[in-house]
Amino acid sequence: MQLSNLEIVPGQRIVKHLGLVQGSTVRAKHAGKDFLAGIKNIFGGELMAYTELLQESREEAMKRMVEQAEAVGANAVVNIRFSTSSVTMGAAELFAYGTAVVLEPRA
Amino acid sequence: MADLYIFLILLALGFTIGTTVEKRHFRSLIRREAEHADLLLIASKLPTPDLKISESHLVGGNAVISVDYFKRFVAGLRNLVGGRMNAYESLVDRARREALLRLKDEAKQLGADMVFNIKIETASISQSANKALGSIEVYAYGTAVKTARQ
Repeated sequence: MQLSNLEIVPGQRIVKHLGLVQGSTVRAKHAGKDFLAGIKNIFGGELMAYTELLQESREEAMKRMVEQAEAVGANAVVNIRFSTSSVTMGAAELFAYGTAVVLEPRA
Repeated sequence: MADLYIFLILLALGFTIGTTVEKRHFRSLIRREAEHADLLLIASKLPTPDLKISESHLVGGNAVISVDYFKRFVAGLRNLVGGRMNAYESLVDRARREALLRLKDEAKQLGADMVFNIKIETASISQSANKALGSIEVYAYGTAVKTARQ
């Protein structure tokens, strides 16, 4: 599966548009990590636990998007965008969307 | 009285450790940015047609950076009079640069030499209901390409 946030894929031709595909996930961190982050909040600096958590969630959202694209028979997703929104306190939604297309190598 | 002592200790800890951590982070950012200077990040939507591109991949990097206790206090005071908030300016600057560096790391691992259509997204992470801007997350993403440059 070819993924790109450009509107095209260089060297390939889009032969078919299959519409919007999307994937999302809502995650909350567990209390232990939250407590550690609270301590880190006094000293400042990077919160590794959150960085990893958000990255994992984003990958999960992407995976769901890719599954949807596979289901409609696409071999690429172009113009991918990500968005983050906090749903409630302590939980965040990660959302990925793009256009599923069928690519063909340019002759 | 005990409350005041705890508050002062937290302020002192936040100031000393927070400042050290920030200085060290900025030094490391400058060093790593110099290392990655050969990788071009381009914000334009499409690669120029004269480039011969053999491969392209989606790459991204994120960073969550938290502000320290002292800065949060200073920012609280600043809120009363308005104006530039230096405390938070350096926070978002650090997070953006760190996220971009992680994107560059990923692009380099794939052997890319240019990254197109860079998008940078910022989200604030609320620690609890009363602390609105505790930390921010920055996610940077783009399409890394391998080119055959003349």
